[in-house]
Amino acid sequence: MKTQFLRLMFIFLSIVLSTATVVAAPPIKIGALFSITGPPSFLGEPERNSAQMVVDEINKAGGIKGRKIELVVYDTQGDATKAVQAASRLIKDDKVVAIIGPSTTGDTMAVIPIVEKAQIPMVSCAAGIKITEPVKRWVFKTAQNDSLAVARIFEHLKKRKINKIAILTVSDSFGASGREQLKNQAANFGIQIVSDDTYGPKDTDMTVQLTKIRSSQAQILICWGTNPGPAVIARNARQLGLKLPLYMSHGVSYKKFIELAGDAAEGIILPSGRVLVADLLPNSDKQKKSLLSYVRDYQRHFKAEGDHFGGHAWDAVMLLKGAFEKGAVTPAAIRDQLEKTRHFAGIGGIFNYSPEDHSGLTKDAFVLVEIRQKDWVLVK
Amino acid sequence: MQFSEQLIQYLLSGLSTGAIYALIGFGFAIIYNTTSIINFAQGEFVMLGGMMSVYFFSVLNIPLPLAVLAAIPLATATGAVFERLAIRPLKQATHLNLVIITIGGSILIRGLAMLLWGKDTHAMPTFSGNEPLNLGGATILPQHLWIFGITLIIIICNRLFFNYSITGKAMRACACNRKAASLVGIDVRRMVLFSFIISSAMGAMAGIIIAPLTMTSYDVGIMLGLKGFCAAIIGGMSSGFGTLLGGLLLGVLESLGAGLISSGYKDAIAFIILLLILFIRPQGLFKKAETERV
Repeated sequence: MKTQFLRLMFIFLSIVLSTATVVAAPPIKIGALFSITGPPSFLGEPERNSAQMVVDEINKAGGIKGRKIELVVYDTQGDATKAVQAASRLIKDDKVVAIIGPSTTGDTMAVIPIVEKAQIPMVSCAAGIKITEPVKRWVFKTAQNDSLAVARIFEHLKKRKINKIAILTVSDSFGASGREQLKNQAANFGIQIVSDDTYGPKDTDMTVQLTKIRSSQAQILICWGTNPGPAVIARNARQLGLKLPLYMSHGVSYKKFIELAGDAAEGIILPSGRVLVADLLPNSDKQKKSLLSYVRDYQRHFKAEGDHFGGHAWDAVMLLKGAFEKGAVTPAAIRDQLEKTRHFAGIGGIFNYSPEDHSGLTKDAFVLVEIRQKDWVLVK
Repeated sequence: MQFSEQLIQYLLSGLSTGAIYALIGFGFAIIYNTTSIINFAQGEFVMLGGMMSVYFFSVLNIPLPLAVLAAIPLATATGAVFERLAIRPLKQATHLNLVIITIGGSILIRGLAMLLWGKDTHAMPTFSGNEPLNLGGATILPQHLWIFGITLIIIICNRLFFNYSITGKAMRACACNRKAASLVGIDVRRMVLFSFIISSAMGAMAGIIIAPLTMTSYDVGIMLGLKGFCAAIIGGMSSGFGTLLGGLLLGVLESLGAGLISSGYKDAIAFIILLLILFIRPQGLFKKAETERV
């Protein structure tokens, strides 16, 4: 009688304990720093949405090895000081094991010393080449380097035997970094920059710069900026009857640009992540599956088209998920697993991290698209 | 392309941006002339004009002319409410306090606009087509003619209003001497309200006519407001041709500077001019120095 009671008791207890361990398994906490408001909100908002969407889906599917993921998001407002404060809070108060973001290169550079010191892996969603060059032990990134976008355009120009170009870049960190890359790489492709102009991020009229460019020897114009500047430039170019073919950066590779520039967008060529043209890709494309599922999910959750900015956050969460699935739950183990990531077909491209390369992408991460009849088509 | 054609394009581009600066500058001048405060929320009325017409046009699907006609009174009402709630209740406020309040007001209006309409940039169709007009080798859009035309009409109306109507004269009297004006029976507070109404209507108008060219978003008011302020300072805060010339001069210098020197210095040129004027001729380029009797 007594033994039977004990046996029952034991069974009961073991059931309670086993379920208890499942229920009480603490969630894996990851932090996120996005510029949800402020000037770079066009980056931070889709990034926050995408990250939350993936995390919710992982949790709905039962989490990773029974552990849920908890995402703690702070808004940096595109302000380096706020990014630094938020990063310290994530590390000290929230005790996260890894950080996603920040959205901009400026914020990321400010946060790097903190995560390096605290030894917390960070997967930035910003594009600046300085973030991972030189390689920092704890810092990775998912956004394609500007240099890859520039290389993609130049390769295309070389094929078309164009060697005299004009550049018009915005005077903020995105434009400055693009300008540097354009100037550095031009010589490698036998390209000469015959006109080099800039415009302010809030400028409302660029006819002056375009007039100057028209009188130069340039065969094409490359404009490097984020909205609304490039849309104004496209409209101004049309106003002036500028015959030069117009190239833009990946900074405007989202639908809003076509909407703003209207008819003037016709014929503009720009490098872009594959997400814009997901349904046009051949079925052999390794990223197609990820891309289509991301676009579909984003459409369902937010009634908007997923862009490649949100894709950077999607990639970051999925890369971390990959590390968690291999059993890495401490910051150091996560870092080591991230570095071992190979052939991960995400939204931004196919990632191959290594101890020498924490950005993981090649120029194949970009495709060239042309705007025709208010939509994107692939440039062969 | 000929250098002379280039120069004409620079001048035309400069004049068209300059006309906008002038129009915004008038708003500053009118409020300054009745209250002797500088209303740094002026740029926000420019934003409100543009954003409201975009909202009416593309979200509520109201035809463009009606959308524009609806946006002006609404932006103007915002100006009036701003005066009643933020400026008038302060009994013993110094000018500095009032100026700081206008800065606060501008941040508030901008924030509300961001919450209401989001952070995106919005495009608006032009009033009469996109076909560029050719002028001596340079091109402008029909919208630029609208800008020149409306600016000119507004300036002439202003001139007539301030010089020949009783209300206009009363508003100028308030600027000269508030106490004396109220002693001769002018309702100073009403004049202040009027000045806010007029300048917010003008700001809104400026915002509407430039929106098709420059596009608009919740934060366009900051830079345009500052440039308009520069124009008003160059013009010596006059509500007549001084500010017009100030705006045009600023626009032309900016575009010549960007075209002939370097486009990187475009904004620097505007603010260097502003500083030089403030240091050397604080009364403006076109005004004789006034002696103030104390």
